[in-house]
Amino acid sequence: MRTLLYVTSFLGMIGLAFWAYRENYDTQAALDHVEDLHRDIADARARLSILKAEWAYLNRPDRLRELAEINFSRLELLSMRPEQFGQVDQVAFPVLDPLVVSDAIDVSSAGAAASDGLVP
Amino acid sequence: MNRIPLRPLARILPARDRGQNPDAIERENLRIRHEQMRDKARLRAESRLLVMGVLFLCAFVTIGGRMGLLAASEPTEPRARATGASIIASRADITDRRGRVLATNMETHSLYAHPQQMIEPLRAAKELKAIFPDLDEERMVKDFTDGKRKFLWVKKKISPEQMQAVHDIGDPGLLFGPREMRLYPNGAIASHILGGSSFGREGVDSAEVIGTAGIEKFFDEELRDPAREGAPLELSIDLSVQAATERVLDAGMKLMNARGAASVLMDVHTGEIIAMASLPDFDPNDRPRPPTEGMPSDSPLFNRAVQGVYELGSTFKIFAAAQAMELGLVRPDTIIDTRPPFKVGGHRIGEFEGHNYGEITVSEIIQKSSNRGTGKLALAIGIDRQKDFLDRMGFFKPVPVEMVEAPGGQPLLPSRWTDLSTVTISYGHGLSSSPLHLAAGYAAIANGGHIVHPTLIKSKAVTYGERVLSEEVAANARQMLREVVSEGTASFGDVPGYKIGGKTGTADKPKERGGGYYKDKTITTFASMFPADNPRYVQIVTLDEPVETSGSRPRRTAGWTAVPVAAEIIGRIAPLLGLRPEYDVKELAQITLVSD
Repeated sequence: MRTLLYVTSFLGMIGLAFWAYRENYDTQAALDHVEDLHRDIADARARLSILKAEWAYLNRPDRLRELAEINFSRLELLSMRPEQFGQVDQVAFPVLDPLVVSDAIDVSSAGAAASDGLVP
Repeated sequence: MNRIPLRPLARILPARDRGQNPDAIERENLRIRHEQMRDKARLRAESRLLVMGVLFLCAFVTIGGRMGLLAASEPTEPRARATGASIIASRADITDRRGRVLATNMETHSLYAHPQQMIEPLRAAKELKAIFPDLDEERMVKDFTDGKRKFLWVKKKISPEQMQAVHDIGDPGLLFGPREMRLYPNGAIASHILGGSSFGREGVDSAEVIGTAGIEKFFDEELRDPAREGAPLELSIDLSVQAATERVLDAGMKLMNARGAASVLMDVHTGEIIAMASLPDFDPNDRPRPPTEGMPSDSPLFNRAVQGVYELGSTFKIFAAAQAMELGLVRPDTIIDTRPPFKVGGHRIGEFEGHNYGEITVSEIIQKSSNRGTGKLALAIGIDRQKDFLDRMGFFKPVPVEMVEAPGGQPLLPSRWTDLSTVTISYGHGLSSSPLHLAAGYAAIANGGHIVHPTLIKSKAVTYGERVLSEEVAANARQMLREVVSEGTASFGDVPGYKIGGKTGTADKPKERGGGYYKDKTITTFASMFPADNPRYVQIVTLDEPVETSGSRPRRTAGWTAVPVAAEIIGRIAPLLGLRPEYDVKELAQITLVSD
């Protein structure tokens, strides 16, 4: 009985040691991963700031105006003027397509009129 | 606990029988008992001391061990941080009120040399000269070969292409260091507001970027503070409005042959400056050096809207009229005699081109811009009350706006405030102030009589200052300003749809070296507010030495120069500000709804 107890506790100790060893390596791996992620985040931040600067540079008002002038024939963009504001009642109602009857249905009123007794 | 009796009968009685003293037995028992008590107490004290000793030992061993560990181990970054936010060490961005970038940072490289590591210094110098034509080859050869220098900067900022070209030289003595540089992507737009930046202390691996002017310098500490974690500084400026203003103002300045121009657009309730331009301007990416000769005001670095103090002419008349109404001296329809002669302190006060407007109402004084009329109102107000009013409106000290240049806009006041000063100041001569001062003054009329403090920072709430005019007086003053545009001197200022109210001001330029005024140089100003029935914005446009030459003789008044420019600016920016034009509705045709 006592031997069994010793053997089980020894095996348990070995098991726990193995578990601790594995946990330790898992933790180290996780920390390395976190470090990589931090580096990636820093790189992404740097790239983002460059892209933001580039976006702001490409969208600078002077350039947009020049582009609008160069492409005037296609885009016909003009500066916004007060006259471009309109009233709601200046907007015309949409023109509805007249109902097109494509399949004509022949209607005969002879039988109906006879049954109603309303003969014109 | 069982105690042994001190006088046990079993021993006392035999002792008595033997004729012994029973007290001796009692004493003996007492002694034994005391010894037992002493032994017990000692044992307890000893065990307590032991426990205490062990505890102290543990504590000291723990602390000592930890100290030893800290001292002996290599310092490492904590790897498992809970927060993902790292410290952002770069200078914070500056954005406009809608988050568009006005100033940001860019990573670039600097180029330096270690001459002792160079293989072919002569070839390196030659090829560097080919890449950077502005470098001096002889000087480089001297620096690279004299053997005394161990380190020298070649270029502070280089582009990636240049870096690759230097790399291709292949000399191990040419080295690169990372540099963060400040970039103003919009070029010259809002250049005076942003100011500029340069490098402060420099090392090989980094250099600190410091603000040198404008808002960059005013908020230098805040922008560099790592605790911001890169949160951008939001200005009250609207980039598209600022760009449109600068473009129209530039065209207007050229059309009117002016030397310079300035404009301020301000929200009348919050005091936020939506756009502020001063021309000529500069590119903050390549900020010019301050001029060493000539007038500082001729430099493009000079901010006319904040630093430029000018006599702003008749735009001041509305303040005299408003104060007279506030004090109950006059009403808008009170008749004032503006016929000559009107002499103050021996000086005759004249009108523009010698007009005589006769007996007119206060409204008409503003509408026709009568000097004698306003002068009479100012005399009725008196020196002290006029000074007090202008002081409260902020005309006696620099505008407290967030720029390092702001204290340079100290208004020029007369050294002795005489009756004549009172009269001339009432029509804007003898007191010089910046266009920004005037914007703040007009904002007080526009918002119903409250002082507002101009600011360049986006604010969330309306913060009115002291009340200087009653609601009714402010409304009357606005009505007068509206009439100036609809019927008076600023008729070119009407923009259909936006009821503009405003006042023109034309002032002769004082000679720089003193001794009177130029006859043919003027500063023309148009101070306006729109929409006049419920103003939201105040706009000041000032032109320096404009002349309009379409007529038979040159015209230099504000009505012909500043007003059309201001009207064009308002026509461009009001839609950008989201203001919907409102046209006076004519009598609607009678529509009868017919039902079938």
